[in-house]
Amino acid sequence: MLQIPLWKRVVILGVVLLGVLYAMPNAFYSRVEAHNDAAAAIEAAGATPEREAAASAWPDVLPSSLVNLGLDLRGGAHLLAEVQVDQVYAARLDSLWPDVRDALREVRDEVGTIRRVDTEDGTLRVRISQAGGMAAALETVRALSQPVGTLTGGTQSTLDVSGSGDTITVQLSEAERAATDDRTMRQSLEIIRRRIDEVGTREPTIQRQGEDRILIQVPGIGSAEELKALIGTTAQLTFLPVVGQAASAEADAGPGNIIHPSLDEEGVFYILERSPVVTGEDLTDAQPAFDQNGRPSVTFRFGPSGARAFGQYTAENVGNPFAIVLDEEVISAPVIREAIPGGSGQITGNFTVEDSTQLAVLLRAGALPAEMTFLEERTIGPELGQDSIEAGRIACIVAGIAVLLFMALSYGWFGILANVALMLNVAMIFGILSAIGATLTLPGIAGIVLTIGMAVDANVLVFERIREELKTARGPARAIELGYERAQSAIVDANITTFITATILFLMGSGPVRGFAITLGVGILTSIFTAIFVTRLLIVFWFERRRPKTIEV
Amino acid sequence: MRLRLVPQETNYDFFRWRKTTFGASMVAMVLSLVVWLSVGLNFGIDFQGGTTIRTESTQAVDVGAYRAALQPLNLGDVSITEVFDPSFGADENVAMVRIQAQDGEESVTAETVNAVEAALQQVDPSITFPSVESVGPKVSGELVQAAVLAVAAALVAIMFYIWLRFEWQFSIGAVVALFHDVLLTIGLFSLFQIRFDLATIAALLTIVGYSINDTVVIFDRVRENLIKYKKKPLQEVMNLSVNETLSRTVMTSGTTLIALIALLVLGGDVIRGFVFAITWGIVVGTYSSVYVAKNIVLMLGTKRDWSKPDEGAGTNFGTPNA
Repeated sequence: MLQIPLWKRVVILGVVLLGVLYAMPNAFYSRVEAHNDAAAAIEAAGATPEREAAASAWPDVLPSSLVNLGLDLRGGAHLLAEVQVDQVYAARLDSLWPDVRDALREVRDEVGTIRRVDTEDGTLRVRISQAGGMAAALETVRALSQPVGTLTGGTQSTLDVSGSGDTITVQLSEAERAATDDRTMRQSLEIIRRRIDEVGTREPTIQRQGEDRILIQVPGIGSAEELKALIGTTAQLTFLPVVGQAASAEADAGPGNIIHPSLDEEGVFYILERSPVVTGEDLTDAQPAFDQNGRPSVTFRFGPSGARAFGQYTAENVGNPFAIVLDEEVISAPVIREAIPGGSGQITGNFTVEDSTQLAVLLRAGALPAEMTFLEERTIGPELGQDSIEAGRIACIVAGIAVLLFMALSYGWFGILANVALMLNVAMIFGILSAIGATLTLPGIAGIVLTIGMAVDANVLVFERIREELKTARGPARAIELGYERAQSAIVDANITTFITATILFLMGSGPVRGFAITLGVGILTSIFTAIFVTRLLIVFWFERRRPKTIEV
Repeated sequence: MRLRLVPQETNYDFFRWRKTTFGASMVAMVLSLVVWLSVGLNFGIDFQGGTTIRTESTQAVDVGAYRAALQPLNLGDVSITEVFDPSFGADENVAMVRIQAQDGEESVTAETVNAVEAALQQVDPSITFPSVESVGPKVSGELVQAAVLAVAAALVAIMFYIWLRFEWQFSIGAVVALFHDVLLTIGLFSLFQIRFDLATIAALLTIVGYSINDTVVIFDRVRENLIKYKKKPLQEVMNLSVNETLSRTVMTSGTTLIALIALLVLGGDVIRGFVFAITWGIVVGTYSSVYVAKNIVLMLGTKRDWSKPDEGAGTNFGTPNA
C-alpha cells in the first residue's frame, strides 16, 4: 500500500526546506544585497556604524546568496573583444634585435657588416655584407634560441632561423607562438581585471572565450563606450632614444627606426630608434601629481632592472633627447640634463587633472600586451532592465495564479496538493539558482514562466493515470499507487528529451540564452522531483489521516 | 464540481481525417519553405551584424522625421520601427533603429553611434537611448553556425534517444514532427517578418523540447497498449492511446498556454518575439504529436511483439522506488 519510509519522508522534506531557505534571500533582494555589500566592505576596509547596521539587516545564519541578475535585467555594458595576439610577435622580435646585433658583431670577421631590413610581416630580417659567412651567422643567431615545450610533449626551439642569399630571417617558431598567445591572453585578462577593479564595480564578468577572445560584462556602467575607453587603451609606455625630427609620418626614418607623431604639437614627428630603453612593464608605480609649475603630471618609479637600464642609458646620453611614448604618440621628448640613477621620474605633458589620473591608473594596471578589436558591444540602460523585471514579475504572478486556479478546478483536492508542490517548485528553482550562483536573464524569467506551465505536466500525467486506475483497481490506495507506478516511464522519458534540448541550449548559447537554458534545465529537475516525491508525500500524508473509502481526482 | 475540458471517456477517431490532416501538414511545411526561401527571414543583428538602438521619448515617435535625420549620415540600410506595448505609459514612446553593419568595421564605432544619437536628438530633444547593441559580422557569422548546429544537434540527440527507448519508426516519426514544428515556426516568422535572432533559436529548441515531450507521452502509451492488446490493429491501438492521453494533452497544453499568454501580454516588448515563437510552437507541437508523428509511425509500421524486454531498444527505467 501507500507506504513511504520515515527516512525518505525526512529527506524529501529536508530537500524542500533547504530549497525554500536558499530561495528566501531573493524575496528581500535589496536588503540582502546591502547586507552582502556591507559584509564585504567590513571584510575589506573595517567596520563602520553604517556598515554594521546594513550588515545586521539580514541575519548572518541565513543563506545570503542571491540570484545574479543578468545585464539585460540590471543594465550595464557587454563587450566581446578579440586580442590581436600576433602584434606581440613583432614586439618580441624587436626586443630581440639588440641581442642579434651584438652576437653578430662578435663574429664580424666572418659575416662582415650587418644591417636590419625593415619588414611588415612579423619577421626579423638581417642582411650581412659577406654572404659566405652565412653558416656562421645562422649558427650564432640560432644560439640565441631556447628550447620550449610543445603541447605534444616534445621540445622545439623558440626561434625559426633561416638564411637565403645574404639575408637571415628570424621568426618565432609555432610552439613559441602558441606559448606567446597564451601568455598574451592571460596578461590581457589580468590587466583588464585590474583596470576594472580600479574603478570598483560590482561583479564584473571577465572571461576568456576560445583562442583569442575576452568577454567582459560590467553591470552598472553607463555605456559600452565608457567601458571601451577604460579597457581598450593599450597604455603601452616606452622610453625611446630620439634620432631626429621629421616633417611628416611618411618621411624616411632609416633602418631600425620608426616615426611617431607628437601628442600635442601639431605636425611634429619624431624619428626614434625602434628598440626601447625601458618600457611600461618596468614600472612599479605611477601616481598623478603636479610638476614644479603646478601642471598636472604623472610620477613613476621603475623596478630594479628598469632603474638600472634607465640609469645607465641616461648616464651615457647626457645632452641627448629621449622620447616618452604612449601608444605610438610622443608625450614629450626632454633632453637628458644629467644621469637619473634613482629610477623615478615625472611625465609632464599637456594634461588635464583627469588625464593624469586616468594615465596613472592605466600605467599602474600595466599595459595591454596587444591591441583589441571589439566584435560585439551591448549597452543596456538600468531603467530598461528594471522595466523588464517588473513586467516579468507581473507575468509570473498572473501566470501562476491562472495555472493554480485551473489545476484546482480540474483536479479538486488533488489539484490543490499539486499547487502546493508547484509553489515549492518555483521556490526551489530560485533556491538552486542562488546556490549555484547562476545568472537570471530576461529569457530566464520566460523559462520560469514556461516551467510554471509545464511543471504541472508530471502531476497531470499521474492524476490522469490515477483516474484511469480508479475504474479498474481495487480501492483508492491501490489506484494511487498504480497511477504513480505507471505514469513514471512517461514522465521520465518525456523530461529527459526536454532536458537534452536544455543542455544543448546551455552548451551553445551565451548570455541571455544560456540563462534561459539554466532555468529551463533546473525547472525540469525540480518539477520531476516535486511531482514524483513531494506531491506523492503530500497525498500520502492526507491519505493516512483521512483514510477515504473513495476518492475523486 | 470539476472543470472537465475533455469528457471522462473519449472515443474520437483521430485517424478519420488522416489523409487530410497529414496532407495539410505537408502542404503547410512546403508553404513555409516557399515563404522562407522567397521572402526570407528578418534576421536580427545577432545573425546579420549591425547595430540596434532603442529610443525612448516623451514625444510621439515620428518615423519619417527620424529617417530624414539619419539620411545625411549615409549609413546604408537603416530601418526604424515604432514599438507598441500595453505596458507603456502615455509618455513612453519607443522605437527601434537598426543600422546595417558598416563596411570594413568589426563593430559599429562609437562615432557612428554618437552621430546617430546626435541626429535623433536634433529631431527630438527629449529622446533617450535605453539600449544600444552592436554585433560585428565576424561574430554574427559564427552565431549562425552555432545556431544551425544547435538545432541539428538537438534533433539528432532526440532521434537517438527515442530510438534507444522505443523503435526506429518512432524516432523517425518524432523527428519528422519536430521538423514540422520548426519549419512552420520559421515559415510564420518569414511571413510576418518577425525579428529572428538568437532568442528565436532558443525558442525553437524549446518548441522541440516541448513537442517531443508531448510525442513521447503518447508513444509511451502506444508502447503500453501494444503489449496489452496484442491482436488489435496498429491503427486502433494508436487511436486508443491518443484518446487515453487526450485529457492530459489538453491539460498540459492548457496550463502552458495560460502561462505563456500571460507572459505574451504582460511580459514586455523585449521578449515578445521570443514568447510568441514558443506559444505558436506549443500549438503546432501539440498538433504534430497527434497528426504527424503518429501518422508516420502508422505508415512505417512497428514490431508487434513487445514481450521481450530488449531488442536494440533501451532499458525501461520506469520502475517506481518511492
